[in-house]
Amino acid sequence: MELTTEERAILRGARGEAPKRALEYQVELGNFCGAKRFVPITNVHMMGDIEVMGDAGLAYLRDEVALGARCVVGTTTNARCIDFAHCARMGQDPAEVEKERELIGCLRKMGVMTTDTCINYQTVYQPHVGEHVAWGDTGTVIYANSVFGARSNFESGPAALAAALTGRTLEYGFHLDEHRRGTFTVGLDAPLDDVADWGAVGKLVGEAHQNYYAVPVFHGYRGMPTSDDLKHLGAALASYGSMGMFHFVGVTPEAPTVEAALGGREAAEAMTITQADLERVYAGYSLGDGDARLVVFSGPQQSLLELRRLAELLEGRHVHEGGSCFVTTSNAILAQSRKVGYADVLERAGVTVLEGVCFYILQNLSPMRLANGWKNMVSNSAKIVNIIGAHRFNTILRPTAACVEIACSGVLK
Amino acid sequence: MHPAAQWRADGLTVDRAFGPVVEGEALLSEEGFSPRYDLDRWSGIITKAGHKLEGRSIQDKICFFPTAKGGIAAGWAFNDIKAKGIAPKAFVFGIANPVMVQGAIFAGITITEGWDVEPGAVIATGDVVRVDPGRRSITIVRRAGAKGAGR
Repeated sequence: MELTTEERAILRGARGEAPKRALEYQVELGNFCGAKRFVPITNVHMMGDIEVMGDAGLAYLRDEVALGARCVVGTTTNARCIDFAHCARMGQDPAEVEKERELIGCLRKMGVMTTDTCINYQTVYQPHVGEHVAWGDTGTVIYANSVFGARSNFESGPAALAAALTGRTLEYGFHLDEHRRGTFTVGLDAPLDDVADWGAVGKLVGEAHQNYYAVPVFHGYRGMPTSDDLKHLGAALASYGSMGMFHFVGVTPEAPTVEAALGGREAAEAMTITQADLERVYAGYSLGDGDARLVVFSGPQQSLLELRRLAELLEGRHVHEGGSCFVTTSNAILAQSRKVGYADVLERAGVTVLEGVCFYILQNLSPMRLANGWKNMVSNSAKIVNIIGAHRFNTILRPTAACVEIACSGVLK
Repeated sequence: MHPAAQWRADGLTVDRAFGPVVEGEALLSEEGFSPRYDLDRWSGIITKAGHKLEGRSIQDKICFFPTAKGGIAAGWAFNDIKAKGIAPKAFVFGIANPVMVQGAIFAGITITEGWDVEPGAVIATGDVVRVDPGRRSITIVRRAGAKGAGR
């Protein structure tokens, strides 16, 4: 790799042991990925919670703190696994709860802003076209690349933390023009009037193209997608296809036309999504041998606008006897939704509103599933119905209004 | 001539590789992998219902996966499962994503990406194979069922 004078100095330990260790790790990654150099970044978004890091990860953070590690760019955290206000009622392990508190303390000592949100792009920071960042989770990355025209690869926890300590990341993948061009086209011939429909599109396209460097170019949609629509589309593409970028003609900044989005190349494939395709997706889910007692609005966390919709649908109603309905959102959105009354409507309806977490990463989720007798999980998020599989839920995707009906009736339609 | 071409008859050549030389039992999957989506990270067993390897343990295996799924979790999760003693000896991906690479290198687990022939054409689950990142080669040490295999 070509290293600058500053980078060589960091590797000699001029800025201390923590940045040295971080850059050594990044150089090793660069050797594998074929990166020629580093690129300066302005912002980091990292995953860091006890459920995924375990004791070994917590020990690593303790070491980093002891070495005096400090973030040199603005660094925020993704959703975590414990909402401290609800953990006892949720049956989460008290020892792990304490570890999570210590872990958060370690991150703060390093200068990490523990925002605990997977919708930082809607709530915290919106990078501009061409801005290089180091973000994870995948839903944040695909939104940054596609909707903002910013530049990031999937940066998992240790890679994002290393970038935060060195202020740079590897120049490969979506930092380079050559990987940002579309590779195939997707015509959208359906109304797509619910976020679940957009997630279903992401499922159909992602499942058929499981490749980080496959970049779909959406076109032909007779409407205007909202931020939440694109959020669910991107999250599903990243989840089912491990994709890091899409173009949407007339919507995303690098796609004024199909031809521009393809960057002068021929599309490898042209697919079309119709209403019939979406109906087949919904028809593909069914109850197993359990019941429809668990409905989840999470993965990604809910925006204020999504909470408003849920509040409208749940006003004056109640989750059915024996059922459970969870909503997850960020601290900031929860505060706003309390101020305007949406959170109260949801809670009066018997919904549990969790802060700073995503449902699928909750600590102790498999034992929680067994303790509650949950076999099925119904959601309007195509991402979460895919990602929660290791916990052995049978999952069912339904549009938002249908999910609310199921939550209030316990009957799957 | 490809630098590792002499190994081709007994195994395969990979495009990129990291980590120490390791030897272990091959576990071949027709389906991609994510530690978040598919794996019980407390037992090392693939628990996602319907996964092609459902019920199989990845512990100490040389795991062959055609693709990566998702997901940012592997970054920390590979280090976690290694510390718990339930990690595989190596991940061999057809197409990885950056997270798998970041996680494996952070954890010091051998990882490779890209292959010159489909692993299933030359290697079977249960064969003992040797992954040599320096030579970018994967060679068969013993066929499944041969004396000493499968330990």
